[in-house]
Amino acid sequence: MAAVAALPRDAEICGCNGVCKGQIEDAINAGAGDLGAVRAKTKASASCGTCTGLVEQILGATLGDAFVLPTAQPVCGCTDLSHEDVRRLIKSQALKSQEAVWQELGWTTRNGCHTCRPAVNFYLLADWPLDYVDDPQSRFVNERNHANIQKDGTYSVMPRMWGGMTTPQELMAIAQAAEKYGATVKVTGGQRIDLLGVKKEDLPAIWHDLNQAGMVSGHAYTKGLRTVKTCVGSEWCRFGTQDSTGLGIALERRLWGSWTPHKVKLGVSGCPRNCAEATCKDVGIVCVDSGFQIGVAGAAGMDVKETERLVDVRTEDEAMEWTVAFVQLYRENAKYLDRPYKWVAKVGLDWVKETLADAAERQALVERFDISQSVYQKDPWAERAKPEVARRFHPLADLTLEAAE
Amino acid sequence: MSWIDIGHIDDIPLRGARLVKTPVGCVAIFRTAEAEVFAASNACPHKAGPLSEGIIHGQKVTCPLHNWVFDLNTGEAQGADEGRIATYPVRLDGERILLDGHAVGKRSAA
Repeated sequence: MAAVAALPRDAEICGCNGVCKGQIEDAINAGAGDLGAVRAKTKASASCGTCTGLVEQILGATLGDAFVLPTAQPVCGCTDLSHEDVRRLIKSQALKSQEAVWQELGWTTRNGCHTCRPAVNFYLLADWPLDYVDDPQSRFVNERNHANIQKDGTYSVMPRMWGGMTTPQELMAIAQAAEKYGATVKVTGGQRIDLLGVKKEDLPAIWHDLNQAGMVSGHAYTKGLRTVKTCVGSEWCRFGTQDSTGLGIALERRLWGSWTPHKVKLGVSGCPRNCAEATCKDVGIVCVDSGFQIGVAGAAGMDVKETERLVDVRTEDEAMEWTVAFVQLYRENAKYLDRPYKWVAKVGLDWVKETLADAAERQALVERFDISQSVYQKDPWAERAKPEVARRFHPLADLTLEAAE
Repeated sequence: MSWIDIGHIDDIPLRGARLVKTPVGCVAIFRTAEAEVFAASNACPHKAGPLSEGIIHGQKVTCPLHNWVFDLNTGEAQGADEGRIATYPVRLDGERILLDGHAVGKRSAA
């Protein structure tokens, strides 16, 4: 707290919204007595959230003993309950619709807000995959439109490349689509190709073209499985100990389409040289001569963190089972928008290990994952490329036509 | 007022929005409840984010780019943000959505 107290008033605290320490102090002195109020007044820590700790320290330094660091933050202004409370109550009270959550848990708003509704939508579909129907209107634009919105309102489109493998036919189809729709082509960090600058009205058509070449959505826009990065493994590499590419493809085919609390990225490296950078992924597998080392809870974004060893197994089937069970445990328990490394830090790796070490529990998690996949593992592009759905990507009416008279 | 029929209420998903192209630019039609619609400029005054793609809650919309929130009754930005979006007269006639043509710059309505 001393370091923050010593900062000048013009020191920038929130880099996303350009909020200085002085503005935060002024808001606090004008009556903003907690984090939520400071966010509402100044926008400090209201975007990516990494400066939340600093803002809380300014609150502490300004208010002195009057400021008590809250133990559990409410989800948003619509409720006093924390994410953990809401998850627990959805399960224990068998709440299976948004209306049930708003009513039974005493929400103060008609139907939530942009903060709580995506979280509640995820909790409901994760806990009740067969009862609850996913609500696209409770999703951020990217997950609703199955593409990533860019600053100019156009979208980027990224087909899946299983395990980072592709073919000349797929590349030709991607090249043709890029030319036809005027897209900029970018190679991504997740071993695939991004087509930028596509207009919303063109999305169903470009999806149709990519579907025709056998490609499906890469879900580059979801809180869900993104990519499984691989190296060439024993198939090509003189050092490869196992078929890391094959395992990566198998994992991606098993996990794709699943919704998770935040995005999930995997890596599989064929030997400890770790060319697929598996040790900074949410789940990273390093192949060795005796089998597979499964690490979890890595990060390489706002935080950088090496994975921690979950287990060593001998066979590919075991590696698959442990990975699926870990992802399902994360789906059932984590707070919305916590990456696995944040969730594991809260519950403890030991608890995760203990839970997954029980073979029956592991099997049950895999079964629950598969039930969810029976609903959600389908290509959203193919469904929306159909004409009756594609119409929704166009304007409702055009009143400019006669105006030119 | 010159009311123009722009579509059926079910052309807009509940808590969703659709665009109408008009002489004054793109206007977003928001469906905030079963039988409740609002019309407002589609462009956020902050960085021109498409408001029709935002999450709609109560009688408000959140811009998809940087989370500015607007009250659809007044068009005013909420909280710390300062700005306003133009709002336009819109109403339901049974299941049809009617938009005021004069307000969106149509000189002669059909």
